[in-house]
Amino acid sequence: MGLLALFRSKPSSASIAKERLRIIVAQERGGRGGPDYLPLLRRELLQVIHKYVNVDPEAVQINLEREAGHEVLELSVALPEKPGA
Amino acid sequence: MTEIIVVTSGKGGVGKTTTSASMACGLARRGKRVAVIDFDIGLRNLDLIMGCERRVVYDFVNVINGDCTLKQALIRDKRLETLHVLAASQTRDKDALTEEGVRRVLDELTAEQFDYIICDSPAGIEKGAHLAMYFADRAVVVVNPEVSSVRDSDRILGLLASKTHRSANGNGGVKEHLLLTRYNPRRVANGEMMSVGDVKEILGLDVIGVIPESPDVLAASNAGVPVILNEESDAAAAYGDAVARLLGEECPLRFLEEPKRGFFARMFGG
Repeated sequence: MGLLALFRSKPSSASIAKERLRIIVAQERGGRGGPDYLPLLRRELLQVIHKYVNVDPEAVQINLEREAGHEVLELSVALPEKPGA
Repeated sequence: MTEIIVVTSGKGGVGKTTTSASMACGLARRGKRVAVIDFDIGLRNLDLIMGCERRVVYDFVNVINGDCTLKQALIRDKRLETLHVLAASQTRDKDALTEEGVRRVLDELTAEQFDYIICDSPAGIEKGAHLAMYFADRAVVVVNPEVSSVRDSDRILGLLASKTHRSANGNGGVKEHLLLTRYNPRRVANGEMMSVGDVKEILGLDVIGVIPESPDVLAASNAGVPVILNEESDAAAAYGDAVARLLGEECPLRFLEEPKRGFFARMFGG
């Protein structure tokens, strides 16, 4: 790394790679071990919700939490603000 | 005690076969009895890297189907007498490998008192890759310091933890190690390539070896002589270290920094 790099404000491409991987790996590890139908369930739920409310696909979160002896399927939908409100 | 080691990665072209060949040679050079098996059914390649492609008469699938005995199919290496190669079949039949068939071959090698069985996995997560890892005691996950390779390795780690004989039977799971290949210290120093530390941190595994990017690797495959046998190569020394660590020896990582170059080399060198 030369002197110039000290003044460069742009993060290195390696640190961008690391950050992107850190996030995606954490996300994919979280989804692992859950039932295979979760992604499909998420998609279908999204379609149904979409019939009534125009939600962003990112606004639907599905989580499967394991607690002692039982599993909780948690669904959270962030509804958009009313237009004009 | 026979130890079964799978060399795997998910992504193709990261150096699984190069690693399998060099690790197998390295172990045999230390007097261990080693069998290295190509699980890439349909795309036989290990024989070329080992330099025994013209001596393949029978292959892995022939043994499974009972067309020949295991002894007939094992190719004895001409350089190291305790090293044996079992070539992949070139059949296009995807179902040629069966769990039962693979188990029989591995059991027979165990009965023959091999010390190590190295399973060279195909890329991907299909049947060949699944069976290569299924009976493993240990896994060497080959990874390039590059986003898609790291992500695919993590996927493989997930499968090692859930879809193997050891994980299914609660035998403590498969012991996993990372092996970085194509490592370029200069680019790491320039911030253009993730470092060993970065990859280790993301995947959360111990590193059994770091192989520097080297023209010797291609030269080795051109010649059919596993790179570890090239006495002058840094890549060979790095594979030698990885074998030592596999055998439980302590040895610090080398070749993580660019060799210091003299003034003139820096001024006029490429």
